[in-house]
Amino acid sequence: MDRRSFIALTGATALSTTLPRMAHAADATKITLWHAMGGRLGEVVNEIATRFNADQSAAMLEPAYKGGYEDTLTSVIAAFRAGEHPNIAQVFDAGAATIIGAPGAVAAAEDLLAETGVAFDPNDYIDGVRYFYADSAGKMIGMPFNSSTPILYYNEDALKKAGVTPPKTWEEFQEIAPKLKEAGYVPLAQSHLPWIFTENFFSRHNLQFATNNNGFDGAEGTKLLINTPEIKMHFARVKEWLDAGLFGFYGTGWNDNQAAFETGKAAMWLGSSGSFGGLLKSTNFPFSATFLPYWKEITEQPYSTFIGGAALFALSGKPAEENRATAEFFKYLSSPEIQYYWHKETGYVPITKAAYEMAKMDGHYERFPAAEIGILQLNERAGEWTRGYRLGYYVQIRDVMNREYGRIFSGETDVDTAFATIESEANALLDRFARTTG
Amino acid sequence: MKSAQFDSRFGPYLLLLPQMAVISIFFLWPAAEAVWASFFLEDPFFGTRVFVGLENYVTALTSDDYARAAWFTVIFTAVVTLATLGIGMWLAVAADNVLRGNNTYKTLLMWVYAIAPPVAGLIGVMLFDQHIGPLVDFVALFGHEMQVGVSWWDTAIAMMIVASWKQIPYTFIFVLSGLQSIPNSVREAAAIDCRSSIRRFWTVIFPLLAPTTFFLMIVNITYALFETFGIIDLMVKGEPGNNPKTLVYKVYLDGFRGNDLGGSSAQSVILMILVLALTIVQFRLIERRIHYS
Repeated sequence: MDRRSFIALTGATALSTTLPRMAHAADATKITLWHAMGGRLGEVVNEIATRFNADQSAAMLEPAYKGGYEDTLTSVIAAFRAGEHPNIAQVFDAGAATIIGAPGAVAAAEDLLAETGVAFDPNDYIDGVRYFYADSAGKMIGMPFNSSTPILYYNEDALKKAGVTPPKTWEEFQEIAPKLKEAGYVPLAQSHLPWIFTENFFSRHNLQFATNNNGFDGAEGTKLLINTPEIKMHFARVKEWLDAGLFGFYGTGWNDNQAAFETGKAAMWLGSSGSFGGLLKSTNFPFSATFLPYWKEITEQPYSTFIGGAALFALSGKPAEENRATAEFFKYLSSPEIQYYWHKETGYVPITKAAYEMAKMDGHYERFPAAEIGILQLNERAGEWTRGYRLGYYVQIRDVMNREYGRIFSGETDVDTAFATIESEANALLDRFARTTG
Repeated sequence: MKSAQFDSRFGPYLLLLPQMAVISIFFLWPAAEAVWASFFLEDPFFGTRVFVGLENYVTALTSDDYARAAWFTVIFTAVVTLATLGIGMWLAVAADNVLRGNNTYKTLLMWVYAIAPPVAGLIGVMLFDQHIGPLVDFVALFGHEMQVGVSWWDTAIAMMIVASWKQIPYTFIFVLSGLQSIPNSVREAAAIDCRSSIRRFWTVIFPLLAPTTFFLMIVNITYALFETFGIIDLMVKGEPGNNPKTLVYKVYLDGFRGNDLGGSSAQSVILMILVLALTIVQFRLIERRIHYS
């Protein structure tokens, strides 16, 4: 972690405990939200809470920062078992199976809104967002909140210096990368191998990621389809790029890789559409963004990517008036104004069509064309396998991937062995998970 | 001395009670819970359990990842224990010989001990940062590009350095007080018999320090095994990736990050057995050869 984000983080923690409490009313129904939004993102969450509390007097939302995504999920589970859980928990994509797979732990967002009489129409939401946190019947369980997708950021100066344009495909990348290297840059870095180079690799090329309909049809017997030719080809090429100095790898940590781009060392960087707001502040060169590249040799035209990020889950076992307040907050959160504010400040994708229209009308994308890339990519053509995935113990499976990918890059293992290992360890974990829920 | 010191038969038990209560609540009860949980697969939210017998143990002991973690734990513990003992003892002997400004040296050498492990880890993260770390720049002078978080060995070495650095002052304090308890007459007698101060150290001083050294060895092994958690967690930045990890850190990863409570419990029971075995070996074999005066 660099110093800046550390200070931002501690600052946000301090703020999150003081700010929203200043607003008011003793008789309002208090509800709590545990989230994983540090730094600038945490400040925006606090601002939304403050606005919500000021906007109405029946409910009062107290957000609390609980660390990273994994830490937040762990805190929520521990609190749930002790019966002291928050009303709302932010759970990330990889943890979705854990929380949705525990029937009775969550009150489905769609039911909650319907029961409390808050108007709700699933068609208000953009397609990619609607399915990821839904059950196999399409009912929305989690309330999409910070939705993001991996996109390619590039340093405009660097590309100009090398005389190249940003690549649409990996084939084009292979053409331009040597020129960027010659111009003195590390051509490409990325921040999350399982998310960007694995899950979204499958989605971008419309490849099946797991049996049982990518895991949506149930945990039992679900197998990961990772030991397959396309992704092995991709990693073999990435390893070649790394050895040739066309790709930089700075470890599993997100920030170490983002720093390579921010310091001007790397010319291009694959990160989250939600990184946009932070990059505006942390870079001192002009940058823009484009779509996640794909292999033309696998598909002529690309497919949409998975939605990443996290959703808000209303936890069960709370009094009716608190659930009502939660539903009110969900409604407030998906209002176009708040969605647009959130999108503008952070770069996360607006989850409703109305908010997207509002951003367009306001001229946001004329000012920042890069801010629209995420939503345009999510709105690309859908395929059979672009809806998402639902896999248990997925945090550990990602750790297995990260470990083996690191070993490929350091030369400790080769691509064939690594993917065979990931396949067997991931399937063993999926099998264990199926038995905990069975 | 009178043989009957208690009027009632229950007196001694009553006095033991507070201590036993503490041990039961903070050790025996959680340990029993862990043993029990290790035979089940558990759903994290509701704690519904499926009995799986010894499967969690078999899974752990047959996994490559566990073997790698065990291997690293052995190296890490050996290096950290020996480095802290060696350097701490050397510094203590050196400080003991200093005549002028003695207290200043001692204070300077001790105060690192006041740093909490997570803070030490954070300092380590900054010193070894790939982009801005001064120690990385220093190593680069010798032609090695140090990549903590990418290269397994670079990360391992950085962890060992930070973990040792944090524990050296503790060793220093104990060895120094051990040195000061050695009577001057013994030193003077040795000085008459032998001119080499190094030989005098190994033949006279070091054996007299044996009880302290033995105690420190146990404490430092325990430290390296269990108390380095905060340092490791910070240095890997919460992402295990292809970084080295100790067995204790793996218990945390599987249990608290991965929510596999049964598997994690089995691993902690294995650790408990290891520590028990280690303690027995230490006290039975090593202590026999050491004489407390």
